[in-house]
Amino acid sequence: MTTPLLQLRDLDVVYRTATGPLPAVRGVNLEVNAGESVGVAGESGCGKSTLASTVLRLQPSNAEVSGQVLVEGQDVLSMRWGDLRALRWAGASMVFQGAMHSLNPVRRVGQQIAEPIRLHDPSVSAQAADAKVAELLEQVGLPRSRAAAYPHELSGGQRQRVMIAMALACGPRLLVADEPTTGLDVMVQAQVLTLLTDLVRDLGLGLLMISHDLSALSSTCDRVVVMYGGRIVEEGTADEVFDDPRHPYSAALAEAFPRIGDPAARFAPAGLAGDPPDPSDLPPGCSFAPRCPVVFDRCHIEDPTLVPVGPGRAAACFKVGEHGAAAPTSQNRMETA
Amino acid sequence: MSTPLLEAQDLHVHFPTGRRKPPARAVDGVDLAVAPGEIVALVGESGCGKTTLVRTLLGLERPHAGTVRFSGKPLEYGSGALRSYRRRVQLVLQDPTGALNPRQTVYESVAEGLRIHKVVAEKKAQGIETTEADLVAEALSKAGMRPPERFFMSYPHELSGGQRQRVVIAGALALEPDLLIADEPVSALDASIRGEILALLLKLRDEHGLTVLVVTHDLGLAWNIADRVAVMYLGRLVEVGRTEEVLETPEHPYTQALLSVVPEAAQVEQVVLSGEAPDPTDVPAGCRFHPRCQALESGAAEHARVADLCTTRSLPVLDPEGGHRAACWIALGRPTDAGAVQATGASEVTRPA
Repeated sequence: MTTPLLQLRDLDVVYRTATGPLPAVRGVNLEVNAGESVGVAGESGCGKSTLASTVLRLQPSNAEVSGQVLVEGQDVLSMRWGDLRALRWAGASMVFQGAMHSLNPVRRVGQQIAEPIRLHDPSVSAQAADAKVAELLEQVGLPRSRAAAYPHELSGGQRQRVMIAMALACGPRLLVADEPTTGLDVMVQAQVLTLLTDLVRDLGLGLLMISHDLSALSSTCDRVVVMYGGRIVEEGTADEVFDDPRHPYSAALAEAFPRIGDPAARFAPAGLAGDPPDPSDLPPGCSFAPRCPVVFDRCHIEDPTLVPVGPGRAAACFKVGEHGAAAPTSQNRMETA
Repeated sequence: MSTPLLEAQDLHVHFPTGRRKPPARAVDGVDLAVAPGEIVALVGESGCGKTTLVRTLLGLERPHAGTVRFSGKPLEYGSGALRSYRRRVQLVLQDPTGALNPRQTVYESVAEGLRIHKVVAEKKAQGIETTEADLVAEALSKAGMRPPERFFMSYPHELSGGQRQRVVIAGALALEPDLLIADEPVSALDASIRGEILALLLKLRDEHGLTVLVVTHDLGLAWNIADRVAVMYLGRLVEVGRTEEVLETPEHPYTQALLSVVPEAAQVEQVVLSGEAPDPTDVPAGCRFHPRCQALESGAAEHARVADLCTTRSLPVLDPEGGHRAACWIALGRPTDAGAVQATGASEVTRPA
């Protein structure tokens, strides 16, 4: 078997803060292969963006990372600065949330796309860079004439396409997208997701996509992992996790996006009461226990580990081993009376 | 239907875009009715005019033509009249973190509206003995913040996203409005919190008879709580009807496309429209959706013998109380005065198989 594009092994990230250590990511193992898209789902503060930032060693300086981050077999965490520079953009690149703030408002988007190309290979002539920019713009579905536009002249969806073109500029094998469609309209979101799916297929890229929207992930990704309190609590194929979640938290996330036409969801929005756990003050036992609809005594004492529940599937819940399935769906319906 | 609580009749709102340039027709002929105790979802992409429509319904924009009626009476635009109107119609915005003053306590935030409208004095005049603290507590507990006193001295940063949105809603409820207009009330919140806020809106309707107009691009939200759905495209409503009808058997190709890209509803083949909501200064002739219409492109309109109308003849404004309607020539069929042959059974043609 070929080396996976990305391997995270026993990854731990702890932020050192004035009030004490803050574990943001706890013991995560994850692999992304070429031509594969993997989604990371979870709510704010679950550690998913911290996880994404470690792939290119972009985590803030107060973060202590342990474990291994391997991109094409090379250890990113111990890599020399020069090698890391070469890896960023060319080996792996990142698409951030909020395209408006990631683009320089006073420079034409073509120049901004050309910047990484010329920085990585100063021998590239201006004409060659322009030709590459035009090619990249067409690849992301924008007319090449848009290279002369300023960010404010583009719509949100077009700006996100520019960000993707820029991420592709140096021909990376791995793309990390952190909430690439948050804040975009449904139709534009569908356009961007379709673009990402096509790029993975046509260029054989590996894609790691981070989102709080399990439904967006399920339509784009092959595999999905669900994070809660810094841990992976469930993994499986995107369809399995969305249609037949085994962990009660995944079940709640999946149900937050009702199936249109499902009579059970009419006038019965589903959700999850309570708040995500404070990473500096995690409850003993399972960190999901305080919000769990199927909690029992053992959950408050022991922390469940990720156990296989089928081919390529795993879930970290004591109930899974016992009954096969986790939370029955009706338990997440919000009280309306 | 009884007298609608809120009604828009042939509403037009235009904005100038510069000298010798055509105006932006943000709202371009909208009829909308919201009955008392009803939850209506207004659905559309950014730039389709939903926000302008809402601002006009709130009296923040004056329409160029058409009227807004509240309880059957046309809206008056004097400052006193508007002030009392805005007490009865409250707005809840998308992002609770932006809507709350970070240096005000929960109590201050909720009490602000009470002070502006001098509610305590007014209640006293009616012989109702109450205090500001009582009213704030009542509003907070209606919004599900119990016990309310515990939250009085909290600042927004001490609350979770869901609690902040509850405080914003409590601020609106304190004034005992008849209508709540919620603009994307959950899109800035985490998926898990979404349900709790939607459940609150349903509960307020069921227990207090509150009427809600919710503006969203989230069709799942509409399925969760709305009685009726109105789909807006480029300044017009293109499809209205009961939620089940509009979302399960959409007739307008635009609604069909919107539904096809929602992963939760994707039993049909995805129709990803190219481009974004088009330019309101240059509304296409004929059906305003025709340049992006997949039914016209695939030949379904041709088959229904209306393709010529799609590009030349504009559609009538939808009757807000007439049940499920779509402003689409395929769905409406060829009008008898349009010459050529009458198309029969045309509306079946575009239904996804």
